[in-house]
Amino acid sequence: MFDAVTKKGLTPLLGILKELGNIGIMFLQSIYWTFRRPFKLNYIFKQMEFIGVNSISVVIITGTFTGMVLALQSYYGFRKFGAEGLVGTTVALSMTRELGPVLTSLMVTGRAGSAMAAELGSMRVTEQIDALIVMALNPIKYLVVPRVIASFLMFPVLTSIANFVGIIGGYLVGVKLLGINEGAFINKIIKYLDPEDIYNGLIKAAVFGIIMSVISCYKGFYTRGGAEGVGRSTTEAVVMSSVTILVTDYVLTSLMF
Amino acid sequence: MEDTAIRIIDLHKSFGPQKVLDGINLEVETGKITVIIGKSGGGKSVLLKHIIGLLKPDSGEIWVNGNDITKLPEKELNEVRRSFGMLFQEAALFDSMDVFDNVAFPLREHTKLSDREIESVVEERLRQVGLLTFTEKMPSELSGGMRKRVGLARALVLDPDIILFDEPTSALDPIISLSILDLIRETQQRIQKTYVVISHDILGMFRIADKVAMLYGGKIIEYGTPYEIRRSTKEATKEFLKATKIPGFTGGSYEQQQDFP
Repeated sequence: MFDAVTKKGLTPLLGILKELGNIGIMFLQSIYWTFRRPFKLNYIFKQMEFIGVNSISVVIITGTFTGMVLALQSYYGFRKFGAEGLVGTTVALSMTRELGPVLTSLMVTGRAGSAMAAELGSMRVTEQIDALIVMALNPIKYLVVPRVIASFLMFPVLTSIANFVGIIGGYLVGVKLLGINEGAFINKIIKYLDPEDIYNGLIKAAVFGIIMSVISCYKGFYTRGGAEGVGRSTTEAVVMSSVTILVTDYVLTSLMF
Repeated sequence: MEDTAIRIIDLHKSFGPQKVLDGINLEVETGKITVIIGKSGGGKSVLLKHIIGLLKPDSGEIWVNGNDITKLPEKELNEVRRSFGMLFQEAALFDSMDVFDNVAFPLREHTKLSDREIESVVEERLRQVGLLTFTEKMPSELSGGMRKRVGLARALVLDPDIILFDEPTSALDPIISLSILDLIRETQQRIQKTYVVISHDILGMFRIADKVAMLYGGKIIEYGTPYEIRRSTKEATKEFLKATKIPGFTGGSYEQQQDFP
């Protein structure tokens, strides 16, 4: 009886721990191979284009509307006690500290993380990963490292874009649409927004980039079971990356601010 | 040169409770085509993956070039792998690259040849497999047979000593199968390297094999020339051949054939 209960309770728990351990190992391997020659710069640039450049439109739309709705919502709240001037500060702080990094990461996870898992997954099931190994080439170096480096570099860049357009969106709604005093709006942003808020947001984004790429690559890399397996890996990659990003966000925020 | 290219000694491998390889002993001769025949799901691919070091055995040894590759660390194993080429079941071409880049890839990663030299080697290899005009096609635009030809060109591009073939004729129609088999035979006769082919396509394999090894129940139950295998008196061999019902083989009927004058 007791045995059965512990077995039922422990097996999934051990499974989760094992998976986390394996993801950690892949992360360490990718760090190791990052610093081994030859450096595959063209692979990294290709991934930077895919993860970064091709995500810009999604990030701009997400960022702008987030900034706009933030201005709208906070305006209704602040108006109740006549503090409309703080709308700018609210938008700027929320974007740089929280929504910029998190929403950007979640959007790019949906776009690029799913693609990573699907691409590596189909390479696994069609034996292309085995083909690399047989050619005496390390698949971590060729497939995982460029994606991790590209995500690490591009997530902060995309987040900066989201921050910028978010504040612009907030400005348009707050000042142009709702008629908040322009001077107050901008002045309060300058007064209350510290560079540290921006830096810490960007550091978060870089960490999220690593989390997303390592999890998505891991899920794709160890895909089993044909086309169905690729579909499963893709879903799991997006869900696990997103959840991990949100949990990590809380931890990082509580450490940083 | 040594007569034995690959020596497998008492190789065991289980997946969970399932014994897949149960004491394989095999000596693959240098410069010959050795075909390993067995049922689907009988451990052929598993055996092939051990030979190239993609899987580690539970016990046993595999000797290639004076190294037991089952004991080698990754770095030295990669040195040994450089002397191998492999044609995968679905060719395993990189679908992010066109035909030319696929064949050029091992050269670019492992040699210091100039672009011009790479181009001439790749074109030479693609000419040998009859696909010189397809250099700019993507793998997704090719038929199964063409993909295997490109895969063969890629496997041969570094002039390996040993080339492995995983089910070279599976999922191909009979005519394309024959052309792939002819290509295998033809390239082998020209370069005189060691070919190891695994397949369940018994009829096709007897066309190209110098030596045939029968894999059954996790063991090599029979090893010899195609002629010897055909005349085998062993039960398991006869059973396998019988199932194929090929006229002139054990279990295939001569009588039926003689009904047609």
